[in-house]
Amino acid sequence: MASLPEIPEIAARFGDLHPPLTAQAAIAESNRCLNCFDAPCMGACPTHIDVPRFIGKIARENLRGSALTILDANVLGASCSRACPVEVLCEGACVLHRYNKKPIEIARLQRFAMDAFHAAGGKLPLKSAEARRETVACIGAGPASLGCAAELRQRGFNVTVFERRALPGGLNTYGVAEYKLPARASLEEIELIRGLGVEFRYGVEIRTQAELEELEREFDRIFLGVGLGAARRLGIPGDEHRDVIDALEFIARYKTADPPVVAKSVAVIGAGNTAIDAANAARRLGAEQVAILYRRSERHMSAFAFEYEHAKQEGVQFQWRVIPIRIHADASGIRSLECAQAKVNEAGVLEGVPGTHFHFDCQQILYAIGQSPLLELLSSVRGIELSHGRVVVERATGLTSNPKYFAGGDCVNGGREVVDAVADGKRSGMAMAQAFEASTTEDAESAEKDIRA
Amino acid sequence: MTSNRGDMQENGKLGNRAPDLAVNFAGIRSLNPFWLASAPPTNCGEQIMRAFDAGWGGAVWKTIGEPIVNVSSRYSSVDWNGQRMMGLNNIELISDRPLEVNLREIGDVKKRYPQHAVVASLMVESKREAWHTIVSQAEDAGADGLELNFGCPHGMSERGMGSAVGQVPEYTEMITAWVKEKARTPVIVKLTPNISDIRVIARAAKRGGADAVSAINTINSITGIDLDTLTPRPNVDGKSSHGGYCGPAVKPIALNMVQQVAADAETAGLPGGLPISGIGGIATWKDAAEFILLGCGTVQVCTAAMHYGYRIVEDMIDGLSNWMAEKGFSSVEEFRGLSVGRVTEWKHLNLSYKIVAHIDEAKCIGCELCYIACWDGAHQCIHVDRVSGPVDGHVELHATPASVEAASRATIALTPIPKLDGSANGNGTTPLARIPRVDETECVGCNLCSLVCPVEDCITMVEVASGRPAETWAERTSGECAPPAVLNQH
Repeated sequence: MASLPEIPEIAARFGDLHPPLTAQAAIAESNRCLNCFDAPCMGACPTHIDVPRFIGKIARENLRGSALTILDANVLGASCSRACPVEVLCEGACVLHRYNKKPIEIARLQRFAMDAFHAAGGKLPLKSAEARRETVACIGAGPASLGCAAELRQRGFNVTVFERRALPGGLNTYGVAEYKLPARASLEEIELIRGLGVEFRYGVEIRTQAELEELEREFDRIFLGVGLGAARRLGIPGDEHRDVIDALEFIARYKTADPPVVAKSVAVIGAGNTAIDAANAARRLGAEQVAILYRRSERHMSAFAFEYEHAKQEGVQFQWRVIPIRIHADASGIRSLECAQAKVNEAGVLEGVPGTHFHFDCQQILYAIGQSPLLELLSSVRGIELSHGRVVVERATGLTSNPKYFAGGDCVNGGREVVDAVADGKRSGMAMAQAFEASTTEDAESAEKDIRA
Repeated sequence: MTSNRGDMQENGKLGNRAPDLAVNFAGIRSLNPFWLASAPPTNCGEQIMRAFDAGWGGAVWKTIGEPIVNVSSRYSSVDWNGQRMMGLNNIELISDRPLEVNLREIGDVKKRYPQHAVVASLMVESKREAWHTIVSQAEDAGADGLELNFGCPHGMSERGMGSAVGQVPEYTEMITAWVKEKARTPVIVKLTPNISDIRVIARAAKRGGADAVSAINTINSITGIDLDTLTPRPNVDGKSSHGGYCGPAVKPIALNMVQQVAADAETAGLPGGLPISGIGGIATWKDAAEFILLGCGTVQVCTAAMHYGYRIVEDMIDGLSNWMAEKGFSSVEEFRGLSVGRVTEWKHLNLSYKIVAHIDEAKCIGCELCYIACWDGAHQCIHVDRVSGPVDGHVELHATPASVEAASRATIALTPIPKLDGSANGNGTTPLARIPRVDETECVGCNLCSLVCPVEDCITMVEVASGRPAETWAERTSGECAPPAVLNQH
């Protein structure tokens, strides 16, 4: 099984942002839930977890039933309870907002049920006892593939997951801030999927058309849960310096390898959720000054409002309408980031205003200005349609324009949340299973006709 | 009932004068109507003096008699929706302290608190001499009155005492008469609810000469079973015994029984009948006001004091005073019994009265609990079709709960990205599609939706003209024998 040793320093510096509920607090909180009919929280959840049902089961001390309700909708219910931006999902939709009351703490209740399930050694249930002969390959072991693989395996199909890295989980393991979801917790959850009988092959990168054709021969269907590609680089003089670091790599390193040495002053470029995770991590790892520099204003940033508030509490500074121009370094390392005030020019493009140049003193620069699509791989798949680097699929099934291929997660939506990816994966898994089951019925019917004939 | 108190504020402005809470209950004077019931909170003099310091007007001493032996593990409770002790059950017997200690402390308390009511609760074996002796002992000690415990449902009843007396009218009458032969102070008979018609025992007490009754004692109960040990609670070394149930859960049962006694011409039959001391789930000033409105002259409290301590009386006094001032009542006697006559037999209810549910859209939070309650538990006349949908009419026209849920599950939801998708949850107003609509042509006015609605005053029941003159079932069926089918004709 894939596992990680606990790194005491990381555990100490990245304690739970939302600590677990005690049993009594969970019961008190679960009893606040109104048990809405056709509940808006359930509608807002991309995996449509039946929230009032699982919360009611906590209130009635049926914790196993509660966890199975969650897992029935979302096989990554444990990590989603920690990593989801619930403020804009289930908890944001809670009707108590309109009653001048605190919304139900759905995420912490979900974590409570899932922690109890894991502590009791719970296993994922099967949905069918039948062993099926059909085979599916999932490329990438991130949330989308995990959702797809679990659904298919629970229905008796054979699934193999191919992952280029050493550990499964994708961003769940490598990319979510440790104070939300420790890598170890992600791996613990995936262990249950492996326990179903899903086969994982690590260190296997599928890239070329030849490799894809081999998979096509070996498997009945292929699910693309490949995520996104390399981080976009800054593209300014000096950005090849070794202390100019991809924010996602920085996060992956502190989560799964030795804690990185962090400079006294760190600049973070970009204002998305990854930038904030990286900035907070730099603070927690010991940086005295961390500043997020962003080309546009506060209201344009793609980070959630609650993430912005959290970063300010962590002591991260924000500088708005700033464009990085050049990185200055000497033999001892980076000295400063030269910036200029940004302005939208007549062509609608942001540019530096002459005469506003200044130096931000820093020794490390983390960049989080988005990831490029995995064009090399995706364009090798014959017959799948891409749009702006994203795989075009049928929304309800994840079916691509090549009937052999399904796709979901970031490679389809351009980069959203874990819960969106796992929902995509599950829909694809269900669609493939239905197609397999329907073809079996057809075969049986035609066989019956042959006999009669 | 002579005065209509619907316009009480017009009737009696009191100015700044605080209402007088003092009561004279069957000759027992008390600073206020709040007494502690005979129970663990009145086990000893030290407790009762602290209770009087906290503000209680009176206390009924924990039942005295021949000392008994108690078991360890005596209480169990029913919790509800995360709240503790909706109902409490006990298998504790009467006082386990030596009789002379209790008697001496009754005297001590009366000496130090002459203004407060101290009532001795008594229970001895069913022998005339035994009762004569205990009555003299209690009165000599200084008790202001006596309460005969004919109601204890557990333990003592197996020995021919407590509810074994209170369930047999002849015994109740006989022992009450024995007590009255000796007693110089008012005698209150405590009624057990573990009987099919409480009025039968109240009448027997009156025939025996009782000066008042108190109701109700605890209700026979098993509160629950430990699903690990399979032993009911409270667990006494692997076994349990049925106990006496009390607390908020029993209040509606107590109110009904109190009203039955209060409305009975042969006993309480207001005015001028037997005074009633109300007991059963009273925890707040509102509970107390309700018991008084159904005829009680005092109220007795146990479970709430066991749960939170004597301090709860502060707001019972304060809240009742404020309510009385607001309503223009200057004394407890002014509103006592005002609701007794508003309880009637069903056949005297107006069949032409019609109310329908009204949903305040501005207050609705969109939980749709009224919708599912109406569909599954009532008459299928609340619908969630506000955006587009069928008009009023029969159920077959409308989406069923299952189809509503299926449609939601079939939607594809995405995590909103602020930059791309804007604010996720709107401006905090309930979307029209989630505000249910009442089909008034089908609404029978059952009240269920207004009961399940979590938002105060969001669903109200509004009277509408039925177009029919007032008529009761009794009136409709008087004279000729009308077939029941007439009810369904509008």
